[in-house]
Amino acid sequence: MSRWIIDHLWLVPAVPFVASLAILSLPNKQHKGAAVLAVAGQIVALVLSIFAFLPTLQVSGFRAVQNFTWFTFGDHALRLGWVLDPLAAVMLLMITLVGLCIFIFSTGYMSGDRNFVRFFAYLSFFSGAMLGLVISNSLLLLFMCWELVGLASYLLIGFWIERPSAAAAAKKAFITTRIGDMGFFLGLLWLYARSGTLLFYDGGNGCLESAGLAMLGASAASIALLIFCGAVGKSGQFPLHVWLPDAMEGPTPVSALIHAATMVAAGVFLVARVYPIFSFGAIDGVTASLTVVVWIGVTTALMAALIAIAQDDIKRILAYSTVSQLGLMMVSLGVGGVAAGMMHLLAHGFFKALLFLGAGSVIHGCHHEQDIRKMGGLRRLMPVTFLTYAIGMMALSGVPLFFSGGWTKEEVLHVTAHWPVSRLPYYFLLAGVVLTALYMTRQIIYVFFGDRRTASQHAQESPSVMTVPLIVLASCAILFSIVLTPAWPWLHDYLTDGAAHFEIARLIQPALLLSLALVAAGIGLGIWMYRRAGIPDRLRPADTDPLEFAQPQLFRFLQNKMWIDELYSRTVVAFSWMSARLSDWMDRHFWDRLVRGFGALGQLFGAFTASVDERGINAGVDETTLGTRGLGRLVSAAHSGQIQTYLSVIAIGALALLLFYAWLA
Amino acid sequence: MTPTLQIFLVVSAALFSTGLLAALSRRHAIFILIGIEMMLAAANLNFIAFWRFSPQPQPPTGVMIAIFSIAIAAAEAAVGLALVIAVYRHYRTTNVDHLDQLKG
Repeated sequence: MSRWIIDHLWLVPAVPFVASLAILSLPNKQHKGAAVLAVAGQIVALVLSIFAFLPTLQVSGFRAVQNFTWFTFGDHALRLGWVLDPLAAVMLLMITLVGLCIFIFSTGYMSGDRNFVRFFAYLSFFSGAMLGLVISNSLLLLFMCWELVGLASYLLIGFWIERPSAAAAAKKAFITTRIGDMGFFLGLLWLYARSGTLLFYDGGNGCLESAGLAMLGASAASIALLIFCGAVGKSGQFPLHVWLPDAMEGPTPVSALIHAATMVAAGVFLVARVYPIFSFGAIDGVTASLTVVVWIGVTTALMAALIAIAQDDIKRILAYSTVSQLGLMMVSLGVGGVAAGMMHLLAHGFFKALLFLGAGSVIHGCHHEQDIRKMGGLRRLMPVTFLTYAIGMMALSGVPLFFSGGWTKEEVLHVTAHWPVSRLPYYFLLAGVVLTALYMTRQIIYVFFGDRRTASQHAQESPSVMTVPLIVLASCAILFSIVLTPAWPWLHDYLTDGAAHFEIARLIQPALLLSLALVAAGIGLGIWMYRRAGIPDRLRPADTDPLEFAQPQLFRFLQNKMWIDELYSRTVVAFSWMSARLSDWMDRHFWDRLVRGFGALGQLFGAFTASVDERGINAGVDETTLGTRGLGRLVSAAHSGQIQTYLSVIAIGALALLLFYAWLA
Repeated sequence: MTPTLQIFLVVSAALFSTGLLAALSRRHAIFILIGIEMMLAAANLNFIAFWRFSPQPQPPTGVMIAIFSIAIAAAEAAVGLALVIAVYRHYRTTNVDHLDQLKG
């Protein structure tokens, strides 16, 4: 069985791909068929993932690879392959499980959409591309799937193509991630030039194994940083995070998929996968490339958490929280906590999918209103959504003990605290914890508490096809913490090839109290600040945010996302516009003229040959034909039709002949 | 006066010339046909004359050839007459001046 799944691991991504193609061939009206095919494909992928997960449990540090030659050129063979190890196995499980919930939720959420069939085709394609990415044993294959993921996200963010903002967001996502991918691709080429292989594991010769790493030498740090560029783009790290909040223009299930299971997880996964390159030549666990990763992560985490406080769109808040959490994961990877980062990625996958689907349910109930200031009082109207959303919020805020996010965040903070370079990231992350609790409390208060406002007047609970996935994901967000606790750190040891031991004493640690205090502070601050949100105060109008009232300038700064979009449009975008204008001008006034000059030369030559033809060759032919025609006319005149004339000619001829012979004689 | 070859040749030449003149000058197709027959007769006469005054005039040979020739001439006259009638039916005329459709 385990041999079979290793040989056929490619089936896991192939099934959703095939499902996607099959759905694309369905007629546009075939909603049911599309949903059934997509969900069935996801279920098959989930079952196969479970089969793939089982063998990794039996042996500590299990790793099976299957390589094959794609094509050969000269004496080089380009080889691809897939790998099954704990990292790939847990990612497969998470993607397929979260994906399945999202797929089922989508059948309810998208039920009225004209392009339902197309939506599910893209969704399956997205899932397949991501599954292919996690099992790749070759950086090239990973890059291909990486780009397919990018394409799928482009198609899905711009799914409502008739909205100009959706089209713009899709373009922004595609182009921004492309900037990072450029670096990734350069790193890939450099890696190939250095080590001569792109296979990760190849019986000791792969680029992540000691022999391959030794060949990298001093360029390992540069290669790692170039590859990190790709991760920065894909995982929405500063300064390429700008596409991720705009990606909210896509349908909400797409946001859930992008933020939880597929797109953004790819960047973190990539760093975790090629971690040996990052940590090559590490002194005390620190390398130049990892330090860059840490600082980028810290910047992203704190900046996004601050921006999230001042956003009014329910999905935008979640988007910035994703950016912030991804920063957290990057910090964890950078300080050496690969397992902690991956654990947080997995836990985040569950509760972020839950939050986004919950937001989708809220938006569905509020007739596609996304502004939290117009909601309110949904607690009683949508109880299931409220409860599950609250669980997701607790997990995201990192409430300890019961929620998976709390444990993994704890783990991340723990490894960050022991970073030898600086304590600063640790303090920044602690501030981030408070901010996360604060903005999530704000959102919950605005959406679910208080009085009903305009959009929530006639809200009602979503159908069970949407609430059941919420309940499943909420259960995952809680139950997942069983394998995360320090008392039985099963997942941590599974990822780091250790063996977990149960030890209840480790459950309560001093750090836990600190974390509890911080989260409590965040939530308390939130409740205190926003307890009267949406209610007109003596001094403050109802639609003014309390923070906006207290600190208008700060609020405006955060609301406008620290003016980063504006900065980019003034600098990078303006520069590219200018260069486009310049190229246009060059094209019109220089290259065009050059080309036209060559054209004129050609025309001149053409005119010359035409005249030779006309005057020389044609004239000769004309003369010949005219002569022939004249001669013909002359001869035909002799042919009068008068037989007596012919006869007399014959007679005269005969007489002349006679006289000639007579004369001869 | 003993008949000589010259006398026959003169008569034959006269006959031929008369026939030629008829064939060239008459406009009626039948007369042209008659002229042609006269020229043929002159040729036959020449043939007989040359045979008769040859060194060894064996009885049947020359006459046989002449008789063949006359028979063929008769067949030819029949064909010619049939052609004339066909032409007349088609064009309603036998005047050869008007039968000039084959001119170049």
